[in-house]
Amino acid sequence: MGIRSKNKAAAPAPRIPGQRAEPIFQKSLVLSAMAIVVLLAAIFVSLLIHSFPSVRAFGLTFFFSKTWNPVSKEFGALPFLVGTLLTSFLSLLICLPFSLAISIFLGEYFREGPLASFLKNVTELLAGIPSVIYGFWGLFVLVPIVRKVEMKLGIAPYGVGIFTASLILSVMIIPYAASIGREVISLVPSDIKEAAYSLGATRQEVITKVMLPYARSGIMAGILLALGRALGETMAVTMVIGNSNFLPLSIFSPGNTMASVIANEFTEATGKLYLSSLIEIGLLLFLVTMVINIIGRHIIKKVSIEV
Amino acid sequence: MKNFISLSFAFVFLFFPALPWAKGVELLGAGATFPYPLYSKMFYEYWQLTGGKVNYQAIGSGGGIRQLINKTVDFGGSDAFMNDEELGRAPAKILHMPVCLGAVVLTYNLPGNPKLKFTPDLVANIFLGKISKWSDERVAEVNPEAKLPDIPIVVVHRSDGSGTTFVFTDYVSKVSSEWQGKVGRGKAVNWPVGLGAKGNPGVAGLIRQLPGAFGYIELVYALQNRMPVASIRNKKGRFVQPGIASTSFAATVPLPEDTRVSLTNTDAPEGYPISSFTWILVYQEQAYKKRSIEKADELVKLLWWMTHEGQKYVEPLNYAPLSAAAVKKAEKIIRWITYNGNPIQK
Repeated sequence: MGIRSKNKAAAPAPRIPGQRAEPIFQKSLVLSAMAIVVLLAAIFVSLLIHSFPSVRAFGLTFFFSKTWNPVSKEFGALPFLVGTLLTSFLSLLICLPFSLAISIFLGEYFREGPLASFLKNVTELLAGIPSVIYGFWGLFVLVPIVRKVEMKLGIAPYGVGIFTASLILSVMIIPYAASIGREVISLVPSDIKEAAYSLGATRQEVITKVMLPYARSGIMAGILLALGRALGETMAVTMVIGNSNFLPLSIFSPGNTMASVIANEFTEATGKLYLSSLIEIGLLLFLVTMVINIIGRHIIKKVSIEV
Repeated sequence: MKNFISLSFAFVFLFFPALPWAKGVELLGAGATFPYPLYSKMFYEYWQLTGGKVNYQAIGSGGGIRQLINKTVDFGGSDAFMNDEELGRAPAKILHMPVCLGAVVLTYNLPGNPKLKFTPDLVANIFLGKISKWSDERVAEVNPEAKLPDIPIVVVHRSDGSGTTFVFTDYVSKVSSEWQGKVGRGKAVNWPVGLGAKGNPGVAGLIRQLPGAFGYIELVYALQNRMPVASIRNKKGRFVQPGIASTSFAATVPLPEDTRVSLTNTDAPEGYPISSFTWILVYQEQAYKKRSIEKADELVKLLWWMTHEGQKYVEPLNYAPLSAAAVKKAEKIIRWITYNGNPIQK
């Protein structure tokens, strides 16, 4: 607003409105885009610098060692790395059928109407619930249920553990996978669908053979976003995973994740090596997320259909 | 445009509520979460009484020490005293002033929650994973009258680094050489067995839910939530029920001049063996970073008040007050505080 009124005062000659604003607008866009890149690089560099004492002390053994002992100052990240990967991928596996069903339902069957908008809002609301609330709900509702199941199965009935954490995570990440899936499924051009129908395909065939293949790169992108969220989730996982620093023996055993060990121990970590090891775990989490994202992008590129 | 200006002013006020011209002497502290309820009560009462504002952030003992070393706060709070190595790394001499005592209690979840007794050996062996069932004869030996079910003992410990864990592991290290060698003492340790939960509420919540669970929490928390607590055999051979009185008794032993002492496994015959001071940490020389004499003066006044009149707020909040001997030591420490080399408290 300010710019336009200035324009009028300085140059009474006829001008296309907003002409001077154009380069400013463009520059501010470039600037904010660059700021993201700089920020990312800054985070990476500061993690690298602060984890240096730990890198020097442990080298590669940091990634393979099973001991995490703040008293004797021996640090190894393997149990946390395994815990993070196990919970994330398990939760992805659990969330997949649900999020896919929701996206097909909302993207194809019920695009409009009160039921559709209600369901859509409810799914999106799931994403807005603070994770500590998920944690509490998990601790007081899900954990007793899992314990009962474990008793039936005849395994140590802790209730908490990798499996419970994955269940909570899967509920938390459904909205991410589902909303993007819905978006891309509803964007499938109707002429392709109509072509399939005119060839005599049933609705189920159209969905599974035409729409899903067409939309799969978008669906994959949603899943990737969900996975990213699962990798970094801290609070809810900490509350139900059992926080024991051993390598998990099964999906029902208690474990720990990279994010939750940082959240748990950072505030009271005195001593340079201890703090630096925690930061190195942060660096590792950063790298794991990055690698998974790169692989994911690669997969998306491969499965996307050239139009 | 006018709107914009007033809005930006509103923002400034929102983010900088304490503008320089509106500020008297305000003391800033950070540290342990354990005494936080007591400190907020004390600082509120102090403000009502004298108008002196104190702002305390409960960010954990480690964080408090870090902030004190970086000189961003006027005092730190800690549940574990700084050892000689940590003190050596500090930029100037740091004093420890005890404020009150706390205890760590053992709590459990068993059918009917019978009153249980534990010997130090029993505690160590359970946390080492060597006794893994409630029906173990070593548990029954100490508790002949209790009916113990044949279910596994699920050890629950803190997952977050904490002063509570330090006090507990310090105790077990003193009573068991095996624990000392295998695990040791620390705010976070490499637990041989068990599940971790965050904070006292997390541990208590898990114990309440899990039949057969056994873990440690702060006395304050157990009393407020009416959880069953075990009595423990102390060094003098008595089984002591944890409580405010027995915790205060733990400090009726000869104390060193700087009060940096671990009270666990106390020699006091009536004392509960897993007790500890909680301290406020300050620099001995207050004239650092261009601090005013008024600020130093205010800090000393506050410390004096906390160890004297302020002690009446300790017990109603389920903390254990300082013994008379401990107050004498605290007075001496406050007199050590100087401004440009001159003692502040006369």
